Amino acid sequence: MRNVLLFAVVLGLILLTGIFQSWNVALGILNMGLVSAVMALGVNMQWGYAGLFNVGVMGFVALGGLAAVLVGMPPVGEAWAAGGGRILGGLAVGAGVLIAAVLIFTRMGKGTKRTVAMIAVLTVGFFVYRSILDPGVNAVEAVDSAATGYLGGLGLPVIVAWPVGGLLAAGAAWLIGKTALGLRSDYLAIATLGIAEIVIAVLKNEDWLSRGVKNVIGLPRPVPYEVDLQRDPDFVAAMGSIGADPVIASSIAVKLAYAALFLVVLLIVLWLAQSALASPWGRMMRAIRDNEVAAEAMGKDVTRRHLQVFVLGSAVCGIAGAMMTTLDGQLTPATYQPLRFTFLVWVMVIVGGSGNNWGAVLGGFLIWFLWVQVEPLGLWLMDILSSGLPEGSLLRERMLESAAHMRLFTMGVVLLLVLRFSPRGLIPER
Amino acid sequence: MDFINGLITFLNFVAVPATAYGAQLALGALGVTLVYGILRFSNFAHGDTMAFGTMATILATWGLQSLGVSLGPLPTALLALPAGILATVLLVLATDRIVYRFYRRQRVVPVILVIVSMGVMFVYNGLTRFIIGPDDRSFDDGTRFLMSAGDFRRWTGLEEGLAIRSSQAITLVTAIVVVAVLFWFLNRTRTGKSMRAFSDNEDLALLSGISPERVVAITWIIVAALATVAGVLYGLDKSFMPFTYFQLLLPIFAAAIVGGLGSPLGAIAGGFIIAYSEVMITYAWKKVLGYWLPESLAPSNLVQLLSTDYKFAVSFAILVIVLLFRPTGLFRGKSV
Repeated sequence: MRNVLLFAVVLGLILLTGIFQSWNVALGILNMGLVSAVMALGVNMQWGYAGLFNVGVMGFVALGGLAAVLVGMPPVGEAWAAGGGRILGGLAVGAGVLIAAVLIFTRMGKGTKRTVAMIAVLTVGFFVYRSILDPGVNAVEAVDSAATGYLGGLGLPVIVAWPVGGLLAAGAAWLIGKTALGLRSDYLAIATLGIAEIVIAVLKNEDWLSRGVKNVIGLPRPVPYEVDLQRDPDFVAAMGSIGADPVIASSIAVKLAYAALFLVVLLIVLWLAQSALASPWGRMMRAIRDNEVAAEAMGKDVTRRHLQVFVLGSAVCGIAGAMMTTLDGQLTPATYQPLRFTFLVWVMVIVGGSGNNWGAVLGGFLIWFLWVQVEPLGLWLMDILSSGLPEGSLLRERMLESAAHMRLFTMGVVLLLVLRFSPRGLIPER
Repeated sequence: MDFINGLITFLNFVAVPATAYGAQLALGALGVTLVYGILRFSNFAHGDTMAFGTMATILATWGLQSLGVSLGPLPTALLALPAGILATVLLVLATDRIVYRFYRRQRVVPVILVIVSMGVMFVYNGLTRFIIGPDDRSFDDGTRFLMSAGDFRRWTGLEEGLAIRSSQAITLVTAIVVVAVLFWFLNRTRTGKSMRAFSDNEDLALLSGISPERVVAITWIIVAALATVAGVLYGLDKSFMPFTYFQLLLPIFAAAIVGGLGSPLGAIAGGFIIAYSEVMITYAWKKVLGYWLPESLAPSNLVQLLSTDYKFAVSFAILVIVLLFRPTGLFRGKSV
C-alpha cells in the first residue's frame, strides 16, 4: 500500500509539473525518468543482488550511446572505400596481438623467458597495429570531415541499437570483471571508474568511430518527426477536433510515443529482473551477497556468479544508454559526466531501496525529478534569500549564479540523509 | 653533443614535468593511503577535498593580494596555504563528526563507507562550485621561471633549452619537506607510532590504550593538510578547475594501489611511477630520438605511443597490470 502511494506521489509530482510548468517539461522528465529507471535496475542488479560496487555506469551508458550511432546511422560509403578495410584489419591485428600475449601467458611456463616473449609480442604488435591502423584512420577522417569524417553505422532501424548497446556494455563488463572481480571490493570500484573514463576518452578522440567531439547529430528516430506530424492532415484534423494546437500537440505526441517505447523496455527488464530475483538463482545471489564464505562452502562459485551478475547489470545500463541517445537524437561525448551518469544513478538506487527492483524504479523517477527541478527551485530560493540585497550587488549576483550548482549539493545531502536515517531506502528489500 | 642535446630535451619535456606531477600525485596518494590504513575505506571524496582546500587557499590568496601582501618572487598562495589547510581541517573534522563517526561506531562493512564518501564527494563538489564557481582559475602570481629555456641556452651554449618553472621547483621542495615531516611524525613521535599501531592491528591497539577517536582525528587533520598542499601545488603548476580535481581521483588511486594501499612509502613510489609512465607514453619522442639515433634511423613520424587525451588509460593500464600480477601492490599493502 505504501509503495503504491509512493509511486502515486511521484506521478503526482510529474503531473503537477505538467499543470504548473508545461506538459513538454513533464513528459521530458517522464521519458528520462523511464530511462533512469532502467539504469537504476541495472545498478540494482549489481549492488542490490550481489553487493558489487560499480562506479563505471557512465562508461556502459556511453557504450550504449555508441551502439545507437553504429547501428542507426547510414554507412559512409566513401569513408569505407578510403580506409574502412585498413581500420578493420588494424583492429583485427590489435586483437590478435592481445590474444597472442594472453596465450603466451597461459601456455608458457613461468619465468624470465615468458616475460620477455610477452613484452616482445606486445611491443612489436603495438607498432604493427599502429602502422596498419593510422593511415586508415587518417584517410577516413579526411573524407568530408565537416559533415562525416567517420565510417558511419549500419543503417539499421535504431531500435536494433538497444540490444546491441547491451551487448557492447556486456563485453566491456566481462573484460573488467575478469580482471577485478575476486579481488577486494574497492578494486572493482577503481577499475570501473577507470574504464568509464577510458570509454569516454575513446569516444572523444576516435573520430573515425563516432566523430569524437564533433558529435554525431540527427540520429534516425523510432518515432515520427514533429514536422511530419504537423504536415499530416489526419493528425491536424484529429488535434483540431479536440481543440489542441497542432504544433504543441505534435511535440507531445512524439514524447508520448517515446514514453510508450521506453515503458515497454522498462516493463520487460523489470519483469525479467523480478523473476530472476524470485528464482533459485536470485536466492543464490543474495546468499552470496550476505555471506560469501558460507556460499562458497556450499559449493557456489562466487567469482563466477559475480562476473555473471556484473555483466548482466552492465548490459542493462548499456540498453538504457542506447535508449537515452536515441531520445536525444545525438551522441555528444562531452556531455558524459561521471557525477551525472554514475553517481546520480547510485543515488537513485540507494534512495529507492537497494535490493528491491521496484525501489530502483521509484528512485529513478524521483531522483530524476529532483535533479531537473532543484535548479529552478534553487534559483527561486536564492532569489528570495537575496531579495533584501540591492539590485546588482556582487553577493546577489554570485548567489543567483551559484544556484545552478545546488544540484550536486542537494544530491549529496539526500544520499547522506537516506544512508543515515533510512539505509534500506524508500522501498526496502523484503 | 647530440646526445647531450637529446638528454636536455628529455629532461625538459619529460623528466621535469613528470617529477613535479609525480610529487603532486604522491601527496594525493599519501592522503588516500592514510585514510585507507587508519579508517579502512577508499575515500572517493579525496579529489574534492583537494579541490576544497585549493579553493580555500585561493580565497585567502585573493584576500592577501587585496591587502597588498605578497611574497615577492614566490606565489602568494604559499602564504595563504595555512589558512587553506585550516579551513579544510575544519571541514573534514566536521564531516567526520557528522557523517563518518556514526558508521564507524556501527562497524559497517567498508563498502558502505565508500558509498558514504561518495555522498560526501557530492557535497564537497557542490560546495566548491557553489563558492568559487566551476571555471578555470589561475592564481600563481610569482615569477614564472626559475630558469628559462633562453637563459639555459645562453648559459651552456647548447641548442636545446631546459626550462624549470618556479611552480615545479616549489612543488618538489614542498613535497620533500612535507613528506619528511610526515615520516618523522609517523616513525618518531608517540602519536605517529600509535597511528601505525592502529593501522596494523586495531584490536591490539585498543587493548594497549590507544584512543581510537584521537587517532582518527589526527589522521583526518594530516589528510586534510596533505590534500590541500597537493591541490594547491597542482593548481599552481597547472590551473584550478574543480572538475579536473575530481578526475585526479583515478591517477591518485592508481598510485596508491600500485604502491600498496596503506603503505606511505608505496604511495610515493606509486605517484612517481604513474606520473612518469603517463608523461613518457603520451610524449612525442621524435625530437629526442632524432638526437639519439643515427641519421638513417631517425623517425619520420611523431613516435607518440598514445595521444595525451589517453593519459587516464595509462594509469588505468598500470593499475590493471598490478591488480593482475601483484594485487597487494609493490610495497605489500593491505589486502582486506
